[in-house]
Amino acid sequence: MSAETVAFRDDQPGRTPAWRWFAGLGLALGLWAVAYSQLVPLSERLVSLLPVERASHLGEALAFFFYDTPKVLMLLTLIVFAMGLVRSYFSPEKTRALLAGKREGAGNVMAAGLGILTPFCSCSAVPLFIGFVSAGIPLGVTFSFLIAAPMVNEVALGLLFGLVGWKVALTYLGFGLGIAIVAGWVIGRLKLEGWLQDWVKEIHAGSGVVVPDERPTFVDRIRLGIDAVKDIVGRVWIWIIAGIAAGALIHGYVPADLMVRIMGADAWWSVPAAVLIGIPMYTNAAGVIPIVEALLGKGAALGTTLAFMMSVIALSLPEMIILRKVLTLRLIAVFLGVVGTGILAVGYLFNMLFH
Amino acid sequence: MKDVKVLGPGCKRCEATEAMVKKAASKLGIDVRVEKVTDYVEIAKFGIASTPGIVVDGKVVHAGGLPKEDAVERWLQA
Repeated sequence: MSAETVAFRDDQPGRTPAWRWFAGLGLALGLWAVAYSQLVPLSERLVSLLPVERASHLGEALAFFFYDTPKVLMLLTLIVFAMGLVRSYFSPEKTRALLAGKREGAGNVMAAGLGILTPFCSCSAVPLFIGFVSAGIPLGVTFSFLIAAPMVNEVALGLLFGLVGWKVALTYLGFGLGIAIVAGWVIGRLKLEGWLQDWVKEIHAGSGVVVPDERPTFVDRIRLGIDAVKDIVGRVWIWIIAGIAAGALIHGYVPADLMVRIMGADAWWSVPAAVLIGIPMYTNAAGVIPIVEALLGKGAALGTTLAFMMSVIALSLPEMIILRKVLTLRLIAVFLGVVGTGILAVGYLFNMLFH
Repeated sequence: MKDVKVLGPGCKRCEATEAMVKKAASKLGIDVRVEKVTDYVEIAKFGIASTPGIVVDGKVVHAGGLPKEDAVERWLQA
């Protein structure tokens, strides 16, 4: 209620009144729900219109594609909108103020959690890193944030939830946070502050700067959510379609026993192989999860598949290249080693637990 | 004359922010000098943790994401 009062009070003449925003939002959510509930019949209709046998390889692949593409895009839109709204309550500057003066341990836990909630784009990674370290936030705590922010994001969690199920999504959340916390803590214990690039060590900006709070109204937050949708969905839709196409091919053509042999729980080498293959692959969660869904459906082991996914998202070459400006190569190697080990451990653990 | 600095390593949003500032200035008829700061060291010295940032006459008024149009006008007029 309080949010609405704020929105009405700040309403200015000549603008769309706040109630229209709320009515429009309600209407959009209603339409979304109706369309979402009709996806299965619609996709089956589409396939039946095409001159292919439904039970054939191609028919299976097409049905997967026509059902998953709108489903994933719709889910993503909803999730990104909701997170855009939530994230308007956070900012890197506020997060930094919360983390400054926190000790290792509790600091690592907080940093990983805030990594999910704080708006963060990879082009801001370097200013953020410097901003954190120069404000006196320990290096390990900063790393906990930087590991969690891209790995445990709303796109990954939402798509896992929608496509693979809530159990896997929750487990991913737990282990993603776990890796960020432990890897950050280990990096902190190693006392590697000396391995930063020299110029970074010389900056002591402090956390003194306070950006004036612009006090957005609730309508502003709705707009921020819409902006997030335009920005993120506009950027990743092509990856999603590519990912679903790859997933559809796997779904329709790859025989299940082949997948069990190369990605099943009995193939011990498949976990490290999945991690290594994932490093140079650069796509985001949106592109990789349809593939994950198809792999799991064909009998790939959960741990191996999650290790692949985490490696693709968390250990990306382009990000290393950006961070190279502030980190020495030795520090990047340690980062790769520690996070990679964590992902391996999660992969093996899962294969054991869910065998 | 107002001295405006747009802080950002050169991503799309930073460029859009610079364009917004220039547009608002010409709309309001305010004499501004817009300087783009792309150097990480210089950006870090202003103490922000997210880009793009806006500095008006030496004071940080904004950090992270595109600013709102009416906010930009307000900063220039202040």
